[in-house]
Amino acid sequence: MENLTVGAAAEWIRSVILLILGNELLTDVVMKFVGLGACIGVILTAAIVLTYAERKVCAFMQVRLGPNRVGGRFGLLQPIADMLKLMSKEDIIPDGCDRIVWALSPMLLFVPSALIYGLFPFDEGVVFADVNVGVFLLLAISSQSVLPFLMGGYASNSKYAFIGGMRTVAQMLSYEAPMVFSLLGVVMITGSMRMTDIVAAQAENVWFVLLQPIAFIIFIISATAETNRTPFDLVEDESEIVAGPFAEYSGMRWALFFLAEYANLLSISILTTTFFLGGWHGPFLPGVFWFWMKVLFMVFVFMWFRWTFPRTRIDQMLSFSWKVLLPLALVNMMFTGIGVYVWRSMM
Amino acid sequence: MEIVDIVPPILKNNVIVTKVDQLFKWAHGNSIWPLSSGLACCAIEMMSCAAARFDLSRFGYEVFRPCPRQADLLIVAGTLTWKMATPIIRLYEEMPEPKYVIAMGNCPIAGGPFADSYAVVPGIDKLLPVDVYIPGCPPRPEALIEGMLKLRQLIMHPELAEKGTEIEKKVADA
Repeated sequence: MENLTVGAAAEWIRSVILLILGNELLTDVVMKFVGLGACIGVILTAAIVLTYAERKVCAFMQVRLGPNRVGGRFGLLQPIADMLKLMSKEDIIPDGCDRIVWALSPMLLFVPSALIYGLFPFDEGVVFADVNVGVFLLLAISSQSVLPFLMGGYASNSKYAFIGGMRTVAQMLSYEAPMVFSLLGVVMITGSMRMTDIVAAQAENVWFVLLQPIAFIIFIISATAETNRTPFDLVEDESEIVAGPFAEYSGMRWALFFLAEYANLLSISILTTTFFLGGWHGPFLPGVFWFWMKVLFMVFVFMWFRWTFPRTRIDQMLSFSWKVLLPLALVNMMFTGIGVYVWRSMM
Repeated sequence: MEIVDIVPPILKNNVIVTKVDQLFKWAHGNSIWPLSSGLACCAIEMMSCAAARFDLSRFGYEVFRPCPRQADLLIVAGTLTWKMATPIIRLYEEMPEPKYVIAMGNCPIAGGPFADSYAVVPGIDKLLPVDVYIPGCPPRPEALIEGMLKLRQLIMHPELAEKGTEIEKKVADA
């Protein structure tokens, strides 16, 4: 199928650059940077749009109106005002903190959240790096985001930040396991770890949400925990540990944590769409529209969770992961294996 | 002197001079994140402010931060005792500049019904620089919203708060 939206735009940009540079190899290098810029653009736009969406969805859930004063009827300039305010706030460096580690933590947190955008298939042929170990690389990169939380918590020289940092490690490590095992079912059916193959396999048959409903639920739950959102936001548990690892960060440094959080929210929605909801495939409309419709629906679902469920306790959360989700994921994987074996021998 | 006056006349037709201050004032005024700290009964009114009937989020002020490092506004909502005064001052000092203080209710303004008590601070302006006073016992949520909008006015037009300014002279002349 000819790609008429994003692919055509990329072709057009490529032809313009080729006209200017007049060199195939150089053009390819420049095109890589264009793709990189597009990924970063998606993340930054998402952070602004999703903060606004979060407040509006929250208002919708609580029968309120949400921001409607700043910038017209719909309060569209509210995230801009927040961003400018955070940029111009005082930059406090607490006494006795580990300066270098403390300053590095928000920047390092943003790196893995941004890096995985290179692996997402946004549309037919629109993927920055279509590697054959895509799923594996993705999980490896996203598990790196544990360390910056611990760094920030340790370096802040504050007891609440330190407890928050330790909790992050406990939480993210224990939910990593069920998440990986839930994805293994999808990988077993597809027989490939390449992201575009997974999407193509769903176009040929059915969406994996129908074949793997238990894996879908496990993935959604552990993805919520991985991004530290309610009901698993024990990392920045307001009623117990003030703001967790972010407790000592102010202004723009804290805004970077915020940016990474919303980049993660979007990336788990993209992952759910890619693995379970058929990626860019859908009738009539171009692929990129279907992709973003599914992704925004998943974003809405995650926000729905946030504003309707109360927060769990830390021991409940950990035992739920190890005693319920992980065995369930293993059983699901075993039955998937049997099913795939039977299916293949029948063919 | 305004910066526009310094610009030579030959440039005035070719250069647009604006102030980044204006932009930041607009941003600060429209994104006041209060610290979620309540001391007494006024805090109940403060909580209902953010809920459905009054909906503080219309103005973008509903982001109650639990941590002083990310807050802009300290709402002293309720009776402040001398024992609690130390933590409140510490919280205020942990907040990053620019920061604002609202004295909500009669107790923070002047001690309220406990003005003669040995244990109550008779007016928090003895300890903190207060920007807006909201009287009432307790003030209704509308009053708190009005107070926050007054604070926005103060942030966006700081000259209104200065005594002996041209505006005051203009008022006196009129």
